[in-house]
Amino acid sequence: MNIRFQPSRRDMLKGGGALIVSFTLTPQAFAQGVPAAKPLALTEVDSYLVIDAKGAVTLYTGKVDLGTGVRTALAQIAAEELDVPFDRIEVVEGDTALTPEQGSTWGSLSIQVGGIQIRQAAAAARAALLEQAAARLGAKKEDLTITDGIVSGSGRQVSYGELIGGKRFSIKLDPKQPVPTKDPKAFKIVGKSVQRVDIPDKVMGTFSYMHDFRVPGMLHARVVRPPAMGATLQSVDEGSIRDVPTARVVRQANFLAVVAENEWAAVKGAQMLKATWSKWEGLPEQGKLYEHVRATKVAKDEVTANVGDSAQALGQGARKISATYDFAIHTHGSMGPSCAIAEFRDGKLTSWSASQATHNLRKQLAKMFSMSPDDVRCIYFEGAGCYGRNGHEDAAADAALLAQLTSKPVRVQWSRADEHGWDPKGPPTLIDLRAALDASGGVTAWESEFFIPQQTPGGFNVPFVAATLTGMPSDDHIAPGNIFQNSNIPYKFPNIKAVCHRLETTPFRPSWIRTPGRMQNTYANECFMDELAAAAGVDPVEFRLRYLDPADMRGIECLNRVAALAKWDKRPSPKGGQSGEVATGRGVTYCKYELVRTYVAVVAEVEVKRETGEIRCTRFYVAHDCGQIINPDGLMNQIEGNIIQTVSRTLKEELKFDRSTVTSLDWASYPILTFPEVPEIVMDLIDRPTAPPWGAGEPAAAVVPSAISNAVFDAIGVRLRSVPFTPAKVKAAMGGA
Amino acid sequence: MATRALHVNGRQVSITIDDPDMPLLYALRDNLALKGPRFGCGLAQCGACTVHVDGKSVRSCVTPLSSIKADQRVVTLEGLGTPQKPHPVQQAFIQEQAVQCGYCINGMIMESAAFLAGHKKPSEAEIRQALANNLCRCGTHARIVRAVKRAAEMS
Ligand code: FES
Ligand code: FES
Repeated sequence: MNIRFQPSRRDMLKGGGALIVSFTLTPQAFAQGVPAAKPLALTEVDSYLVIDAKGAVTLYTGKVDLGTGVRTALAQIAAEELDVPFDRIEVVEGDTALTPEQGSTWGSLSIQVGGIQIRQAAAAARAALLEQAAARLGAKKEDLTITDGIVSGSGRQVSYGELIGGKRFSIKLDPKQPVPTKDPKAFKIVGKSVQRVDIPDKVMGTFSYMHDFRVPGMLHARVVRPPAMGATLQSVDEGSIRDVPTARVVRQANFLAVVAENEWAAVKGAQMLKATWSKWEGLPEQGKLYEHVRATKVAKDEVTANVGDSAQALGQGARKISATYDFAIHTHGSMGPSCAIAEFRDGKLTSWSASQATHNLRKQLAKMFSMSPDDVRCIYFEGAGCYGRNGHEDAAADAALLAQLTSKPVRVQWSRADEHGWDPKGPPTLIDLRAALDASGGVTAWESEFFIPQQTPGGFNVPFVAATLTGMPSDDHIAPGNIFQNSNIPYKFPNIKAVCHRLETTPFRPSWIRTPGRMQNTYANECFMDELAAAAGVDPVEFRLRYLDPADMRGIECLNRVAALAKWDKRPSPKGGQSGEVATGRGVTYCKYELVRTYVAVVAEVEVKRETGEIRCTRFYVAHDCGQIINPDGLMNQIEGNIIQTVSRTLKEELKFDRSTVTSLDWASYPILTFPEVPEIVMDLIDRPTAPPWGAGEPAAAVVPSAISNAVFDAIGVRLRSVPFTPAKVKAAMGGA
Repeated sequence: MATRALHVNGRQVSITIDDPDMPLLYALRDNLALKGPRFGCGLAQCGACTVHVDGKSVRSCVTPLSSIKADQRVVTLEGLGTPQKPHPVQQAFIQEQAVQCGYCINGMIMESAAFLAGHKKPSEAEIRQALANNLCRCGTHARIVRAVKRAAEMS
C-alpha cells in the first residue's frame, strides 16, 4: 500500500536527524491561518475531493482515524465510487483549514455518516467526469467505460487527470436528492479486506504519531496539576527547580507547568517543583458512591419509553421482581498519555493534537482565548486510541495557554498520572429495574429508572482543565454523551416505562467513553431480561425471541445466528449440577444499537473459581449485522477490540478516589486485562451489501457486561449486579446466595 | 552539558545531555528522533518503550543512560528490520493486521522478537505469558497472539 496522508509524510522533512515541520515545502497547506480558500461546505464536491493532473486523488475528511481503520475504509469507499485504484487516494483528515466539518469522530458514525457523504461526493464527481469525457471524446456516456481513472470508448480514452487535473468540480450536493451510486454487485474494493494503510509504518517504527511531531523552536512542557482537584495554588517555590537546566515555571491562577528546552528537563522540573496548594475535599466517599448518586438532585426526568400503564400492571402482576444495577466510573486509559503542540503567530493560533473533534476544538479554543474561530486552525495528528473524549483536547488547551504565556511553540506531554487522574471520566451509573410476570411466566410490565448525569442541550464541549484552572472563558457543558440511548428496550411488553433521572452533577468531569450509556443501559436491561427468563423458567434465548418484534427480521436473525454459532445449549439458567471447584456457564445478550441501527448478539462462556471468586471469560461468540460491510477484516478488528476492551472494563476497571482526588493514577492501581486473560472470539459477520452501512466502533461493546453476568449466573446461580465483577464481589454474592 | 556515546541500530552515535541518568527513552526519542520506542507510562508498567539492549528486551523509560555502556548494542523498532527486509515478527504483524491504534505495538514486537529468539516453538499459553506485562488498550491481543504464532512458524 502506498497511500499517503497528511501530515506525517508530506509535511515533514528529516533534517539533522530530527523531525522538523517544513513550512516551505507546502506553504499553502502550512501557512498560519486559512490557506488559499478551499471549499469546506458539506454540500460541495470540492470540499471532499481534489484530483490532480496526474490523476492522484486527495480525499479530505473531517472524520479522523483514531486507530480504528477508517482512513482505509473511507479511501475504499472513495476509490470504489470514483473507479480509481485504491492506492491512488491520499487522505487528509481533521484539519480545520482543509477538511469539511463532518462532525466529530464519535458515535460509530464515521462510515454511516461520513462514508455516505464521501460516497455521494465521489459518485457526483464520477458522473461529472463521465459527462466531460463524453463531450471530449465525442461519444455517448452509455458507450463509455471507466477503469482505473481512465474513461474509454470508441477506441479513444482520456484520464481523470486530463479532464479535471487541479481544477474544481463546482458541483453542489443535496442530501435530500442523493446522487445515484454504484450497484453493490459491481463492487471491487468495498467489501474487501484491503490491508490498512497505516499498519506497515506502525510496525516498522516509521509512523509519526502526535507524540513524534516537532515544531522548530518549541519548548517542552509538563503540567503540574493540583494535588486535590479543586485546590487553589497558594505559592510556588521557583528555586526548587533551579538545578534543572533550562527549566522554568509558568503559572496562571491555578494552572501550573514547567517548560524547558528538552523533554526530560521538563519532566524533572515538574517532579521537583515545590508548590503549596489549599486543601479541598469535595469528592464523595467512594464507599458510598451510589448512595451519593441516588441522593443527587435531579435536573429533569426524561421518559424514554411509555407503553400502556406499567404502574397498574405492576400492581396486578402475579409475581414481582426488582433489582438494582450499578456500573463503575471508568477512565479512557489511552496507552499514550495525551500530547499536543500549539503556536501563536501574528495573532493566530495553530493547534496540533489527536483530538477526535478538531472542528469543535477550534471553536472551544477560540472561546477560551477570546479569538475568532477564523484565527484558529486545529490539525489532527493520530495519537494513541482515545475511545471517546479523553485528555487530547485538554492537552491542546494546555499547549495553547503555554504557547501564549511563553510566546513560543509549546509541546505538552501529559504524564501517566495526568492521564489517569485528569482525563474526563465515564460517570457512575445506577439503574433500578422492576417487572411483573403473570401466572404463566409472561412479562406484563417493565419499569426502569436510570440515575445518570444531565446533558447540556446540544453542548458537547467538555470544559478544558486549563480553562477551569485559570478561569478563562469556557462553555461549561455537562457532556457525558447521549447516555439515555438504549435505556428503552427492543422487547414488546404490554406495559413499559423507562425514565432517565438526569442528575444535576456527577463527581468527576464527565465525558463519553466508548459506547457511553448504551453499554451501561444494555447491561442492566439485558441482565434483568435474564432474571425474568430465569424466574419464568425459560431458556434465555427463547425468552428474548418471544418478545422481539416479529417484524424485526434482522434482529431475530442476529440472535438466532449467535445461538447457532455458539451451539447454544437450550435450557433455562442456571445450569446446576456442578460441584467442582471450577463452574462453567454461558450467557447471552442482544442489542439493537440505539434501537435503530447495528444489531449485535453475543454468547459469553465463562469459568468461575468458587474458592477465589475469579471469573475467566474463555470464549465469546458474536453475530454482528451493521449492514453493508466496507472492510471485513477491519470490522473484525473493531469487534475484537470492543469485546476485549469491555471484558477488561467489566471484570477489572474502577476508578479509585479519596475525598480530594483520583488515587488510581497508574496501571497498578487501575489494572486492565492482560494477555493470559483474553478470551477467544468467534464471529459471524452478517453482510448486507445492499443495505446502508452502519457503525461498528461501539455496538459490540454494549453486549459484553451483561453476557458475562448472565454466564456467571448460569455457572454458579448468583447474579452480579455491580461492575466491575471483581473476585471480592463474586465471593460476596456467593455468600449471600 | 556532556556528550555521551551510544551504539544504536548499528551505528555509533554521540548525544549531548544534561543528566547522565536521563532514561534511555528520552535519548532515543528526543536526541535521536527515533519513533519506534514510545512513552506510555514511564513506570515500567506497559511496555510501550521497549527496546533491545544486547538482544534482551529492556524498558527504556526506566533505564538510566548511565547504566548503558557505549558499546552495548541498542536496537529499536526501526532497527529491527527494514521495509525491504522486515523482521519476521514485523512481517507477521502486517500479515495478521495486528494493529489498532498501534501505540503498544512497538512493545509487542520488541518483546516478542526477544522472546522468540530464545523460544523456538512456543505454545499459545507461553506466548500469552511472555506478553503478560505488555498492555494494550485497544484490545488487539487476539491478533497479536496470532501474529507471534505466525512469526514463530516462519522462523
Ligand atoms: S513507557 Fe516504559 S513501560 Fe510504559
Ligand atoms: S493497538 Fe492501541 S493500545 Fe494496542
